Amino acid sequence: MIDIFWLIPLVPALSTLILAVFGEKLPKKYISFQACGAVFISFLISLYSFLGLLKVSPEEYPIVKNLFTWIHSGNFQANLSFQFDPLTAVMALVVTAVGFLIHVYSIGYMAEDRSYSRFFTLMNLFTFSMLVLVMASNLVLMFVGWEGVGFCSYMLIGFWFEKHSAANAGKKAFIVNRIGDAGFLIGMLFILVYVGSTEFSNINNAVAGGSLSHGLVTLIAILLFVGATGKSAQIPLYVWLPDAMEGPTPVSALIHAATMVTAGVYMVARMNIFYTTSETAGSVVAIIGAVTAVYAGTMALTQNDIKRVLAYSTISQIGYMFIGCGVGAYAAGIFHLYTHAFFKSLLFLAAGSVMHALSGELDMRKMGGLKKYLPYTYPTFLIGAIAIAGVPFLSGFFSKDAILTSAFAQGQYFVWILGILGAVLTSFYMFRLIFLTFHGKERIEPEVKKHIHESPPVMTVPLAVLAFFSVIAGYIGLPVVLGKNVNWFDRFLAPIMHKGHEAHLTIGTEWLLILISVIVALTGIFIAYFFYLKKPSVPHTLVRRFPFLYRLLYNKYYIDEAYDYLFVRPTLKGSEFVYDKFDINIIDGAVNGAASGTGFFGKVLSFLQTGFIKDYALVFLLGAVILLGLLIF
Amino acid sequence: MIPIYYFLILSAVLFVMGTVGFLIKKDLITQFMCVEVMLNAANVAFIAFARSASSLNGQIIVFFIITVAAAEAAVGLAIILLVYRQKKSIKTEDSSLMKG
Repeated sequence: MIDIFWLIPLVPALSTLILAVFGEKLPKKYISFQACGAVFISFLISLYSFLGLLKVSPEEYPIVKNLFTWIHSGNFQANLSFQFDPLTAVMALVVTAVGFLIHVYSIGYMAEDRSYSRFFTLMNLFTFSMLVLVMASNLVLMFVGWEGVGFCSYMLIGFWFEKHSAANAGKKAFIVNRIGDAGFLIGMLFILVYVGSTEFSNINNAVAGGSLSHGLVTLIAILLFVGATGKSAQIPLYVWLPDAMEGPTPVSALIHAATMVTAGVYMVARMNIFYTTSETAGSVVAIIGAVTAVYAGTMALTQNDIKRVLAYSTISQIGYMFIGCGVGAYAAGIFHLYTHAFFKSLLFLAAGSVMHALSGELDMRKMGGLKKYLPYTYPTFLIGAIAIAGVPFLSGFFSKDAILTSAFAQGQYFVWILGILGAVLTSFYMFRLIFLTFHGKERIEPEVKKHIHESPPVMTVPLAVLAFFSVIAGYIGLPVVLGKNVNWFDRFLAPIMHKGHEAHLTIGTEWLLILISVIVALTGIFIAYFFYLKKPSVPHTLVRRFPFLYRLLYNKYYIDEAYDYLFVRPTLKGSEFVYDKFDINIIDGAVNGAASGTGFFGKVLSFLQTGFIKDYALVFLLGAVILLGLLIF
Repeated sequence: MIPIYYFLILSAVLFVMGTVGFLIKKDLITQFMCVEVMLNAANVAFIAFARSASSLNGQIIVFFIITVAAAEAAVGLAIILLVYRQKKSIKTEDSSLMKG
């Protein structure tokens, strides 16, 4: 019953085609029905295949369906083939389930938009690309999906392209991603040269068999990770994600929170053999992830734009996933990816609902006291915030704790401390967001207040479903202290993850670590409560006391400016210089010179063309005489 | 029997006359007549060779040449007539559209 899994990406592909060709002429109702239906069918097939996968013994992983040979050139062969194994199953389920809910939500959110069909075409195309990414059985096809989601991301960030900032944000995302992709491509070429195949099974065998030197494995692992930092917005290539919030909110939820930005984590987990074999590469991943988790968390502290806070929070949470992958706990990293997909898309959609209520207002300084106006949005938002903050019994707690415990168990104490620090920041800025938006004094502008309203059911129902999953999703991966075999998620993924050296903690230590995470989460919430509800003057005092630090955080460490100064402007200046000197003088000069040279010779030769028959006849005669003379003598 | 080179000398003289006439005359009709003289010079040479080799081939070719010359005369005169209508002149220096 598993053999129909290759249909999963094809259903949204078909729907994309129909919408792309006929979309403008179809009624809105039909477009919504088809776009959501396609993703839902994909979800059903994923679920069906997943149930089938449970019956397959782990020795048979992965199940590969080869559709046809796509490229065959010399020794190189790439197939259009999909595979299904536990990792793919998790990703496909997350993409289709969350994707479906976000599609439904979009029906309400985008209802008034002029480009309704363009939006759903791109959303379906994105779903298709993302599914190709997670289901590809070789790196080349995976790269196709990788670039496909990048393209959709670009198109959807710049969806309202009349707005200058949106068009620019789209370009920024695309260009920054290209930098990462260059690393990915080089890594892929190394694999192609030294392994001779890009099929994951062959790569795994080659690395496990030790046919690649240790240095080469590290190099490839780092190069692939460069690609992951671009797509998953990690240091140093994270700058595009906050700007990507220019896109419609469902896009932010689907692409820039739940699925696409986690593609880097998926890729690292898929290529886990590299990061297990090379401890250096693993440490690099863990440290970059940990530093990003704290760094992005600090930037979220001072932002006033509700979506930007969530964007920095996403960067920070993906940092956690990379910590998991870096310390060898791939299952924990993917587990966090899976829970994060629910609560972060919930938070984004709820933020979208707040914007919807406030006629597009994003600035939290102009909100406050919204609790009583938004009876459905508020509780769901709160659940999302509690889940991400890591309060016990909600999904975020289990996944974050699994990652931090693994980091501690592997002896990466530095990473662990950063992780704990990031957790305080997370719960603080999330509850700052909650208190500023929903509690306290109303700071809503009177004009906006007149139109304030709760969103329609088509938007609130997906919120409720996501909130439900944000609560329960964690229970398939319970911590080991509750029993030996309670972590079903870990066991499910175990057959395809290559274990490094195992490290076990005593039960006491585990409980201690859990206790620390709980205290940390609650501390963050308490500080936020104290700062923004109890004594709202405290933040202002702090700003006055540490103006430099505040400005540094508020301006996001001036990284955008630094990149602008270091990379963007020199590139522009250099391009202008090359344009001025080389392009105009040499390239244009060569082309124009060739033209005018030909013209000149033509002029000279045209003197022979007198237009008088007699001259031609004379030349003809001379020619005949010469030829005759040559023949005779 | 008259030796063949008599005919050939006649043919050569006719051909050179035609050529020189074509080159120095400025009148299209005269030039056209010069071309006819050149053709007939070729005819004389063909007949001469045919006779000395007692073969009919040369004579047959001459018939062809006469036919071609007749067709050419028809076309050529028509062209000259049209040139005259356009330019009101049949001097060659007045028709130099192809000048570069």
